[in-house]
Amino acid sequence: MMLSGWGRSPAIDCRVITPRTPDEVVAAVRATPCLIARGAGRAYGDAALNPEATLSTLRLDHVRSFDVETGLLDAEAGLRLADVIDLVLPHGWFPAVVPGTAEPTIGGMVAADVHGKNHHVDGAFGDHVDEIRLVDADGSVVRCAPGDRPDLFDATLGGMGLTGVVLSARMRLRRVETAFIDAATHRRSDLDGLLSALEGSSPARYSVAWIDTLARGAAFGRGVVFAGDHAPVDALPRSRRSRPLERPWRPRLSVPFDLPAAGLHRRVMAAFNAIYHAAPRAARRIVDVDRFFFPLDAVRGWNRLYGPKGFRQFQCVLPEDDGGRGLARILDVVSTSGTGSFLAVLKSLGAGRRPLSFPIAGHTLALDMPAGAATDTTYRRLCDITFEHGGRIYLAKDALADPGHVGAGYPGVAGFRAARRSDGSAGRFESALSRRLGL
Amino acid sequence: VRRRFVLVLGGTSDIGRAVAHAFAARGWGVQLAGRDLGLVTREADDVAARHRVPVSALPFDVLDFDGAAGFAQGVDPLPDVVVSVVGLMGADDPADVAAVRVVVDTNFTGPAIVLAAFAERFRARGSGTLVGVSSVAGDRGRAKTMTYGAAKAGFTAFLSALRQRLQGTGVDVLTVKPGFVRTRMTEGMDLPALLVARPRTIADAILRAVERGRPVTVTPAIWRPLMAVVRAIPEPLFRRMRF
Repeated sequence: MMLSGWGRSPAIDCRVITPRTPDEVVAAVRATPCLIARGAGRAYGDAALNPEATLSTLRLDHVRSFDVETGLLDAEAGLRLADVIDLVLPHGWFPAVVPGTAEPTIGGMVAADVHGKNHHVDGAFGDHVDEIRLVDADGSVVRCAPGDRPDLFDATLGGMGLTGVVLSARMRLRRVETAFIDAATHRRSDLDGLLSALEGSSPARYSVAWIDTLARGAAFGRGVVFAGDHAPVDALPRSRRSRPLERPWRPRLSVPFDLPAAGLHRRVMAAFNAIYHAAPRAARRIVDVDRFFFPLDAVRGWNRLYGPKGFRQFQCVLPEDDGGRGLARILDVVSTSGTGSFLAVLKSLGAGRRPLSFPIAGHTLALDMPAGAATDTTYRRLCDITFEHGGRIYLAKDALADPGHVGAGYPGVAGFRAARRSDGSAGRFESALSRRLGL
Repeated sequence: VRRRFVLVLGGTSDIGRAVAHAFAARGWGVQLAGRDLGLVTREADDVAARHRVPVSALPFDVLDFDGAAGFAQGVDPLPDVVVSVVGLMGADDPADVAAVRVVVDTNFTGPAIVLAAFAERFRARGSGTLVGVSSVAGDRGRAKTMTYGAAKAGFTAFLSALRQRLQGTGVDVLTVKPGFVRTRMTEGMDLPALLVARPRTIADAILRAVERGRPVTVTPAIWRPLMAVVRAIPEPLFRRMRF
């Protein structure tokens, strides 16, 4: 079966196994010399592709337990974040960390140790997980937790599925009063202004910025900061206060076929300009969680907007002490290359410590580029700049980096490799990504 | 209002899971029964966590004919509705005696015996609904699903007979005949995509049939005219057809 990541490139013919029970996962791991687990396929590159065997977790979608008093949720790896939210929000709970889409599975969020708009305050997804069950290289079900086999626990969070097949994870949820975010937008006309607005918004639980990468000269790095926190009941319009946890219905569109990429860029740019120019210098509004966290989920299959060749998403983090120099170089390359996207997403990250987990204290930048030879050249150039400035790239987005990039960016990778060799998971759990990067 | 309970026989199947969630979403308590207690418990935990209704997991083997009466006696509380979604396509080789037997026993003999056992308890109480999930495959025998279709035809006839017998006792018997459903049974089969329903669709039809006391339900509805045509095809023509 031809499979690809969300960026649709590369596409690889993979043998797919779809176990329906945890016991079937154990049997599949024992019967298969080499495999990788795959959830919703929302990693952008080649992280969940193995031609020999790709194990889909989508049938492992059972909730194991949900305690509405304590907000502890234990669920199987194939349950999607959207289903988690549908389940817990009516009871006044919300996942402690959500990425920019609600499509990924719990297993995928563990594997990429995803971060959200609140990383600077709350850390990554894994900081709210207190137990993981996985099938290891021997085909045994093992548990790990911060106090029980902590090395395996830390390696699994961000480990891109290379420590075993995650069966389930237990996570602590956040208490919320409403299904709404009290959101603020701040418009800034240059990069320094944007960075300081992002810093200034850091007391807010959630903050992220959009940068106009086409802006040159004095407007270089102009953009909009979005910040917010869960709204209390009394912040809601009166009509919603009696049912504060109910989300407004929103239409879902879908993209039925591939579109030429140029059309997308015009549309995205038009949307950005509309927001940029319509937004006052600062504004506040109450917005539902879906709109605030997952704006692109309203368009199902938006990756098809990039056309049949797909696209690349580049995401890096540059350390705090770099002082924005690497960031400025990357934006400069993007704005002059002509291959980059017109929009980039910028966010402050807090510290991280797990070996392959992406976040470190600093600024992360993400941008889309339509796939093509020129883009690939630009992408590698951006990787080089990232490493020259002591940063790292996000493996869940990557399809093009080389082993040297990763070794420099992730000091924990040598220990990760050694652990994989000693516990037998090297060679047993492999993906196109792990082979390309020698993880 | 007293909470109602539904017992699902075959609770780890795709349709069984969908039935459990459909009833639980309406506040029903759920009793799930199946052969592998570990798998039944996994389903029960999932239903309980999502719907916050009482859920129990019961060991039950439809092929244990002698145990059926004891199983029916032991279920507590006695449910308001029993749904049998037990079924097996099996190998379709009439020369293989064991294969024929297991298909007939799983689709007909076993479900008939256990539903009859619950019929006794329901009759004694004076209320209850028995739902048998049969199949449109039982409406007319086809070369491709010979033993399965024959067993389902038997089960459909049994449900019709039981309905007559229990007339006036306060006990309802409902026949539900799905068409193709996307389940483990049909995995890998080459079926016309537009005619393959989701388990959820069948579960909703079962819930509606129970609420309305509708004796015979064909689901999805497209299969009613479709099967009327299939039944009307003259035998000289039908015998030459391959579908």
